[in-house]
Amino acid sequence: MAKRVAIVGTGQTFHKSHRPDVNGQEIINEAVQRALADADLKIKDIDAIVIGNMDHFEGINYVDCWSVDGSGGVMKPVIKITTGGTTGASLAIGGNHMVGSGMFEKVLVIGWEKNSESDTTGAITTAFDPIWDRQVFAGAISGLAAEAQGYMARYGASDRDGARVSVRDRKHAMNNPHAQLRKEVTLEEVLASPMLADPIHLLDVCPRTDGACAVIMASEDVAEKICPKPDWIWKTAARHSYAYLGDADYGRLVSMERCAKEIFQKVGIKEPRKEIDVIEMYQPYSFAGLIWIEDMGIVGPGEAPGYIWDGNTDMGGELPVNPSGGVISCNPIGATGLIRCAEAAMQVMGKAEGRQVPDVNFAVSTGFGGCWWTDMLLHGKKKPN
Amino acid sequence: MADKDQLIIESGEAAQPFKYAVGMPGSKFFAETRDNKRLMGEKCPKCGRVYVPPRGICGKCYVKMDEWVEVGPLGVIGTFTILRFAFIDPETGHQKPVPYGYGFIKLDGADTLYQHYINIEDESKIKIGARVEPVWAENRKGTTRDIEYFRVID
Repeated sequence: MAKRVAIVGTGQTFHKSHRPDVNGQEIINEAVQRALADADLKIKDIDAIVIGNMDHFEGINYVDCWSVDGSGGVMKPVIKITTGGTTGASLAIGGNHMVGSGMFEKVLVIGWEKNSESDTTGAITTAFDPIWDRQVFAGAISGLAAEAQGYMARYGASDRDGARVSVRDRKHAMNNPHAQLRKEVTLEEVLASPMLADPIHLLDVCPRTDGACAVIMASEDVAEKICPKPDWIWKTAARHSYAYLGDADYGRLVSMERCAKEIFQKVGIKEPRKEIDVIEMYQPYSFAGLIWIEDMGIVGPGEAPGYIWDGNTDMGGELPVNPSGGVISCNPIGATGLIRCAEAAMQVMGKAEGRQVPDVNFAVSTGFGGCWWTDMLLHGKKKPN
Repeated sequence: MADKDQLIIESGEAAQPFKYAVGMPGSKFFAETRDNKRLMGEKCPKCGRVYVPPRGICGKCYVKMDEWVEVGPLGVIGTFTILRFAFIDPETGHQKPVPYGYGFIKLDGADTLYQHYINIEDESKIKIGARVEPVWAENRKGTTRDIEYFRVID
């Protein structure tokens, strides 16, 4: 029996570059305890757990197994989902499916990562084809740089346009006590920071982070008893493209376009720019803040730089993007997509404190993975029909 | 937390070698680069797309491919970056020499991009759309390194 699904509680760690004071299960536990407290539930109330990370970052597989003391999974059904960069968003979609199926009433969703425990670029490389991809590959940044080059050549955008997005997200992070990087940057600082891979400067790209996030989902039978104003999950979509890195269309994120079209058509959103109130985007580098809002259909191809420069995506603008500070300010990779989901839920629930956007009716959160995948969730204040 | 040395334990120098199967289409591709300095792609019988690297199945149409077509060896830069930050190459365990040109090459006759090094002696020539040719290795063993790099010929 299909059920409508709502988020009734969220919890996050205070994300940092290094957390040597906690091991994996301890950092997971911090997020879980905060989510349980937020929903005013006990671990005995939870029927099942969905957990994940990119396990090659720590080189420790089976997080579903070894984390149970921290996750609360002792003698509960636990399932692991790991889909690269999209892991956190795929966890949210998986939890939504489990509750939506009617088989579980209350599901705890957990994403986490301790990027400090290995070399991030080395670990990411192991996710790519050893025969065809790895010879020239340089971690996430090389493909992103190629995307930015493709976009700039096609639409005449500049590195200043990209830098403007970094300035926005880093400013927004000042309002979020959970963000790792809480120091504003200027356009000049972004452009003067070391060039990592043309056209990406150091301050255009996300950091490495240790952190965890937990979200509690509940079926319509109990959601409003747990939380008077829950965040209803209206629709989810996921698209996977690419076999080898050379197969992608560099300059357009086709998976984002397809996810957005599917969700907006099904829900009847005709003008996403006006009907959506806030976006939490898995935007690992600044240029994605231009390219991907075009693919999402917020503005037309090549229009994003003007839209961003006019302040439309800043706090107080027409459609604020990443009030949390986004991924440029904080990136515990396996948690990152779930943090977007949790932040969007907090916006809908009115719990986003200093980073709250007023009167949020619809919010969008996304996940992104290095193989040009997109996950997307539409969150809403009203119960879906 | 009196003794911070106890907070982290290193995994040490252990290595774990892997053996990867290339598959039949890839093996044929590498035999051609090694023996004939030719680049070959596979063509989908349904949509007509030509794939390099070859992979036996067109994922979009989900049909088997068995038609081989020669592509390149010339092409254009589809997109690129110049890697400038130093990082440990997990394939070798050593720091990758930087800077280097990372090209996504659109070989003539192919519909996908082939990843390889681009010579960046003259950075001003490295642009999307620039015409490139492969520089073949003297000693070819049937790997992606049968081509040393691509260079701009405009």
